[in-house]
Amino acid sequence: MTATTTPAGDLCSVPALLRRNAREFGTRTAYREKEYGIWQSWTWAETLQEIEWLAMGFLALGMERGDHVAIIGRNRPDHYWSMVAAQMCGAVPVPLYQDAVAEEMAYVLEHCGARFVVCGDQEQVDKVIDIQERLHQIEHVLYHDKRGMRKYDHEHLNWLRDIRDEGKASHYRHEEELHRREAELSYDSTCVMLYTSGTTGKPKGVVLSNRNIIETSKNSSEFDHLRAEDEILAYLPMAWVGDFIFAMGQAYWNGFCVNCPESADTMMTDLREIAPTYFFAPPRVFESQLTSVMIRMEDAGSVKRWLFRHYMALARRVGPAILDGKPVGPIDRLRYALGEFAVFGPLKNALGFSRVRVGYTAGEAIGPEIFEFYRSLGINLKQLYGQTEASVFIAQQPDNEVRADTVGVVSPGVEIRIDETGEIFYRSPGTFVEYYKNPESTASTKDAEGWVATGDAGFFEEGSGHLRIIDRAKDVGKMADGSLFAPKYVENKLKFFPDILEAVVFGNARDYCTAFINIDLTAVGNWAERNNIAYASYQELAGHPKVLETIRFHVEDVNRSVAQDPMLSACQIHRFLVLHKELDADDGEMTRTRKVRRRIIEEKYADLIAALYDGSESIFTTTEVTYEDGRKGSISATLKLVDAATAPVGKSQGMAAE
Amino acid sequence: MSVPAEPYVTADGRQIGDVLMEMRNITLRFGGVEAIKDISFDIREGEIRAIIGPNGAGKSSMLNVISGFYHPQEGEVWYKGAPRPSMKPYEVARMGVGRTFQNIALFEGMTVLDNVMTGRLTHMKASLWEQAIWWGKAEREEVFNREQVEKIIDFLEIQAIRKTPVGRLPYGLKKRVELARALAAEPSLLLLDEPMAGMNVEEKEDMSRFILDVNDEFGTTIALIEHDMGVVMDLSDRVVVMDYGKKIGDGTPDEVRSNQDVIDAYLGVPHE
Repeated sequence: MTATTTPAGDLCSVPALLRRNAREFGTRTAYREKEYGIWQSWTWAETLQEIEWLAMGFLALGMERGDHVAIIGRNRPDHYWSMVAAQMCGAVPVPLYQDAVAEEMAYVLEHCGARFVVCGDQEQVDKVIDIQERLHQIEHVLYHDKRGMRKYDHEHLNWLRDIRDEGKASHYRHEEELHRREAELSYDSTCVMLYTSGTTGKPKGVVLSNRNIIETSKNSSEFDHLRAEDEILAYLPMAWVGDFIFAMGQAYWNGFCVNCPESADTMMTDLREIAPTYFFAPPRVFESQLTSVMIRMEDAGSVKRWLFRHYMALARRVGPAILDGKPVGPIDRLRYALGEFAVFGPLKNALGFSRVRVGYTAGEAIGPEIFEFYRSLGINLKQLYGQTEASVFIAQQPDNEVRADTVGVVSPGVEIRIDETGEIFYRSPGTFVEYYKNPESTASTKDAEGWVATGDAGFFEEGSGHLRIIDRAKDVGKMADGSLFAPKYVENKLKFFPDILEAVVFGNARDYCTAFINIDLTAVGNWAERNNIAYASYQELAGHPKVLETIRFHVEDVNRSVAQDPMLSACQIHRFLVLHKELDADDGEMTRTRKVRRRIIEEKYADLIAALYDGSESIFTTTEVTYEDGRKGSISATLKLVDAATAPVGKSQGMAAE
Repeated sequence: MSVPAEPYVTADGRQIGDVLMEMRNITLRFGGVEAIKDISFDIREGEIRAIIGPNGAGKSSMLNVISGFYHPQEGEVWYKGAPRPSMKPYEVARMGVGRTFQNIALFEGMTVLDNVMTGRLTHMKASLWEQAIWWGKAEREEVFNREQVEKIIDFLEIQAIRKTPVGRLPYGLKKRVELARALAAEPSLLLLDEPMAGMNVEEKEDMSRFILDVNDEFGTTIALIEHDMGVVMDLSDRVVVMDYGKKIGDGTPDEVRSNQDVIDAYLGVPHE
């Protein structure tokens, strides 16, 4: 089935979509970027022109078919254009995580054998030059931001703008070759290669063809009725498949506008100014937005606080039903409308969600309370389930069928099979071609019929047909007494508290569950300020007795809620500790998309876990940390281990509480 | 290793030119107190020149003499090859000398953007009347000045606080905003009075990078006072050392480091 899909008309590559857009929506805005405080914009016609010049500049530098072009930088039109320009030349764009340290980058650059690297700024150039000393394969480094670059040896270094101008000036020489190469692009040629950070092992290069990207974009756009008038904010890492699908695949398929923020720090302001109609964020973004709303409400006057509480209670009760078009009484409707005027509208405006028609969260499970908060405000936030290997979409929630505990129905064009162990398999037009230079992994992930193992365990719900994900198949385990251990479920409950940024729960094959907690410095710092608690560092605040006390209350709250579910009640947390440092991707404790790497944490903090189970009161530990520039240092601390009360199990709870 | 007298290029490729400003036998008294005693030194185009010394050595007074705020009783200040007459501070500012202050002197109630815009005042020629009715030259000027200011905001990476009132900012950022305002005037000589006082290591590193970048990208000559020895020695091309109003050392960081008088002044030797 997957091999038979054919392109619509001649639209068999991203450059072909670009030409269609330039032809049909030539005067519509394709890209916006805030620079020098003003939104600069480019129409589709201008975009095509820019990309052509850039591509001809690449040809002038000697870019060959099949070359890999690494792109390292934040979301900027220039970087997206470089990707399309590389495709025009028959080369393969490989976007990388810009916050990766040089060592991580070196592996990827070597693995894909990149001859060209496009860098955002001096910081990235420095890393690449560093890597080049060992690698000797990179022939041209191009950069976008000139700042600080004047004194560099420019023998193999070029300003991206100069390359574009070179392409513009020499178009007579290169036009013919460019058109020839573009005509060679087919539905099966490689569109992009994305490295999956993976919670285990070395990153793998996922090769996605034009078919994968375009079919997926087409199907998902139809599913959500996306259109050329939509606006998105491109702020997620360019190396992440989600960004590629939203800001390239769907944007080029539908011809909608991609807005690039001024800098990472201004993202929230830019979000408010653009007010996208189609928005995508990992749960973390929604969590931190909610945390900042809660902090600001705590600082607000009593009238405002009362209004907020009153209307949020109403919204929680009737908001989701109104959004889903279910019957709601006229009085509640009226009150909700009043709330919209007084609270929800202004709040959505402040968050930048006034115009959102379709919002998605994925990458990780979102806390149900967080999810409900946004839904109750009338924001059509939905969940989807996907993977890099699937070009994102495997399952997603249709409008009006949104629930916190499922990931929705099977995406159009996708087939799902669940094997006897509960692991989910899928097959779709978006299914990746292969892992680059890694046939063994390709074979062990994708079978001859095209079925791909997700590594997640789940089941279809009776009745609704919605897919429910339990946990990573690897992570779900059994405790010593045989009861089910699903760490993610408990962690998500913990993370709902604004004070808790991250949690890691242990308990596989143990007698009881324990947890590591990371505090959220913004929320806890604000609390400390209001309560006159002095602290000098993250570490000191994390170890403060009052903070530990607060966290203990949160843990006990979670225990009570976990106890409600008879199947998972064994996952209550008996002991926990608050970590002296934030879990960090630079230390390998998380992936670049901020998923916890359980195995690495278990190894690295084995002493702490042992202490959680041997009954000691406190433990002294030293931890190695990696700074942003790759240097290493270490921090040590004495951590207190805290006992938390657990709640009696399941249905009997009502009686026990009396 | 001392620096050559004629224009030269530094090891990291920066162009150091002729003498931009020269202090000739400056003596400054407040009543009976001699804050500065017969000091002479020069600042060359394109260089980063540091003035260091223990507390009360007269460093800030020296900076105030350069900026035209204090008028020395004896001696002359030469600027661009000619003696500078006694001037009001705003006249000095117009001549291309910008500065930041030891105790931040920003307009707390105004936004960062407005604060930095005030740095452009010396470049605004439209009359009060034109500005009031927002017409002709006033409008063109404002657009142009805003563009210049936005480039500086971009350069110093303070886009995220563009519209934030300065009073709400932490100390380290205020220092950066002050630098932005001084830069907005496009000075040929920039005076920084303890740009890193009270900062943590990370903020100091940021600020050092910005100072180097300003010097490198805009070719601005910089004279700075700073207490953090590590920072001074890393940043500066040449250092003047003052103690009790007198100059006790002058030269490259290496020369100054090995100067016995300087070591004594910092480690403390009994003064008579």
